[in-house]
Amino acid sequence: MSVDVNMAEIAQLFIEESLEGLDIMESGLLNLDLGAADPETMNAIFRAAHSIKGGGATFGFMEISEFAHHVETLLDEMRQGERPVTREGVDLLLQSVDCIRDMIACLASGNVDTARAKELETQLEAMLKQGPGSAAGESESAAAETDTQDAVPQADAGADEAGAGWNIRFRPGPGIFKSCNDPLRMFRELESLGELEVRVVGGADLDFETLEPEECRLGWDLELRTSAGREAVEEVFAWVADECELGLELIPATAADGVPADAQPVAALDEPAVPAKAEPAKTQDNPAGAKPAAKPAAKSAKSAKAASASQETGSIRVNIDKVDALINLVGELVITQSMLSRYNGDFDFTQIQGLREGLTQLSRNTRELQESVMAIRMLPISFAFSRFPRLVRDTGNALGKNVELKLVGENTELDKTVLEKIGDPLVHLVRNSLDHGLETPEERVAAGKPETGILELNAYHEGGNIVIEVIDDGAGINKEKVLAKARDRGLVGPDEQLTDDRINNLIFMAGFSTADEVSDLSGRGVGMDVVRRNIADLGGHVSVQSECGVGSKFTIRLPLTLAILDGQLVRVGKESYIVSLVSIVETIQVCADKVNQIAGESELFKLRDEYLPVLRLHELFGIEADSTRIDDGLLVVAEANGQRVGIFVDDLQEQQQVVIKSLEANYRQMQGISGATILGDGTVALILDVPGLIQLYYDRNGGARHQAAAVA
Amino acid sequence: MAATQKHMEELTQQAESGDAGGQYLTFMLAGEEYGVEILKVQEIKGWDTATPIPNTPDYVLGVLNLRGAVVPIIDLRKRFSLDSVPYGATTVVIVVKMSHEDQERTVGLVVDAVADVYRLESGEIQPPPDMGGAVHTEFVRGLATVEEKMVILLEVDRLIDFRNMHASAPEAKSPDSEETQAEAEPEG
Repeated sequence: MSVDVNMAEIAQLFIEESLEGLDIMESGLLNLDLGAADPETMNAIFRAAHSIKGGGATFGFMEISEFAHHVETLLDEMRQGERPVTREGVDLLLQSVDCIRDMIACLASGNVDTARAKELETQLEAMLKQGPGSAAGESESAAAETDTQDAVPQADAGADEAGAGWNIRFRPGPGIFKSCNDPLRMFRELESLGELEVRVVGGADLDFETLEPEECRLGWDLELRTSAGREAVEEVFAWVADECELGLELIPATAADGVPADAQPVAALDEPAVPAKAEPAKTQDNPAGAKPAAKPAAKSAKSAKAASASQETGSIRVNIDKVDALINLVGELVITQSMLSRYNGDFDFTQIQGLREGLTQLSRNTRELQESVMAIRMLPISFAFSRFPRLVRDTGNALGKNVELKLVGENTELDKTVLEKIGDPLVHLVRNSLDHGLETPEERVAAGKPETGILELNAYHEGGNIVIEVIDDGAGINKEKVLAKARDRGLVGPDEQLTDDRINNLIFMAGFSTADEVSDLSGRGVGMDVVRRNIADLGGHVSVQSECGVGSKFTIRLPLTLAILDGQLVRVGKESYIVSLVSIVETIQVCADKVNQIAGESELFKLRDEYLPVLRLHELFGIEADSTRIDDGLLVVAEANGQRVGIFVDDLQEQQQVVIKSLEANYRQMQGISGATILGDGTVALILDVPGLIQLYYDRNGGARHQAAAVA
Repeated sequence: MAATQKHMEELTQQAESGDAGGQYLTFMLAGEEYGVEILKVQEIKGWDTATPIPNTPDYVLGVLNLRGAVVPIIDLRKRFSLDSVPYGATTVVIVVKMSHEDQERTVGLVVDAVADVYRLESGEIQPPPDMGGAVHTEFVRGLATVEEKMVILLEVDRLIDFRNMHASAPEAKSPDSEETQAEAEPEG
């Protein structure tokens, strides 16, 4: 850790890593099977707690460190099999995780509220004092089970305590004295950990003439007989980690204590990476070495992905493959550029073929580069899903409902911005399903269903969209109740007949709630319309299908990315607009006799077996079109929210990918327009928002709406 | 135009280091001289055809590409309900930064011509006269007299309505725009 590194930056690193650690702890705790805890999981949880403790102490966040210490002690007992994993224990630990998270959140403001921590600390201490003995019977059986099932934690602990110790290869850089570090002092510190043997290496080539007294030209091999873990040893070298070569090798414990033969190679294999890393904070993993070292490595890679799911951090972790691909592409781009620059000087038309090829290559490079850059922003949806196991567990408990959560398609990738914004609407939908959808065990049994309700989150790609479904097998939507309520509120006319789907989707209207009682969770009637609006802001759409007594399915459709769009340019008069290719079904030319007018207002045309309304863009936008005769122009059949319309335009132009620029950034949202883009010639073209256009059309045509909708 | 821009940059620097009294860039609009706070001005550029945005008030000419940003352009003559004139050689777009609800937005104002830059102490600026309840003075920050001429200082942030538009009908013309003009006349 060199002196010039900004402490604030490192502290930020600590915060990020701690939040990751907390996520690991949380998901680990939720996955624990009571009674027979998986030692792998247990270790992962313990490691995370330990890192938080260590990091907290290093950066002077003593409150966190002290609190984490208690958590760690409890975890340690569980990990060692000295204490059974009980529901109370897990609950307390989960609360502690929340508490630490709050404390870290408070770090920014500087005032850490310790009241809650103190309270939990007392509980933790009480549990610790209770000792494993109080639950002796269970404990023993649990411990025995752990023993027989898996010797690893024991072995792990054994390796720790057998005091095998460490072979340390320490090769400081020449500048080590200048940064005020004294190896001698470090060795003394090591000595405090156990028995230390030091051998000097190098120095043979030292020439007294050329000797620079301020440079360190020696290296050391140390043999430390200790029970201390890797971290304790590394901590001694923490301040010189980026100025030295440091190799830690576990001295094999004297046989027969159950450490598998491959333990050491694993640790050693893992080694080369460690000295290379600059920040000591990064080397915190793999505490007691031995066997867990292999899997945790894989695990920490995974957990890094699960990192900071809920937080909208400004930073992003990118898979190294994606970065490599990017570098590769930039390399190709440079080659293309140099190839093209040959034509810069004297160009004659014999070279036109080469120039063309170069330009083709350039456009390919650009496209690939664009795709790769976009891919960097793509993250798996598991980031958004990761909070649900906890949420479902807690909410289910609070409501007295048994719920099984199924997550499907967690690796479906979507844009980071979309991902961050979809979290809240999803939480809302899940809560809604838990609260209103799923029934209590008694009700379920009475309805002839299994006691445990199933809530499924499913994500997949479909075309240029990502689809997220929230499915429950609960009571479904009571259509009569919804309809009655809607009539009551005047949202639906008294004589209006609605299809089942339309009734179900009424729940997305503002001020609508069918809950008989307002609960903590939902029922205030502000929920679903907010969900719909949030999703609409992302350019997406939500709908619900439901069958009374069988369950409900909420379907969210979202664009994969907010930044780039495959567009079709259409022309109306002098203006060009862009329609998202995804929303276009087909483009047709219709004869005037295929078009009917209803009540002299709305036009419908017959496409195969369907009647679709005609949206005249020139009318909606109040601009001049070349011709208003329907057979002079083209109808772009577009689909949005499950509804098809024909958009009447003068002509189609080319298709191209466009970069979406917000109109709102400098002006405001406009209905029917989702944004703008800059075309090749530098002019601005507006991007049409098909759902918005349809809405605009209905708003304009007022009463014609339901007729059209009913026929369509 | 480049000279103007350079000149402005110098003045902006002066203004930033200067005292409380502000500097104002003035421009001509139908024979009157209007001023905007110079620190709000980002640049001055020549007129270029904008892409119209449908269903906006007529004074919003559309949007322009300003080095990759999509910037709305307002015709100030139309905003103040003055007679439109064909754009000529001196017609310029003054690109200003407006703040609205803590968000800074860039907007272009089409004016007849840029005029001058004045330094005005706060004492020299009079509040807009009370024209009676019927007259809105929301665009006017104050009035100042420079060399016997009146300069109308504009409240830049209020020139455009940034509220998100969900209503489908085009916004009715602002009723106060004519009055803004009217109030300028008695003294001019």
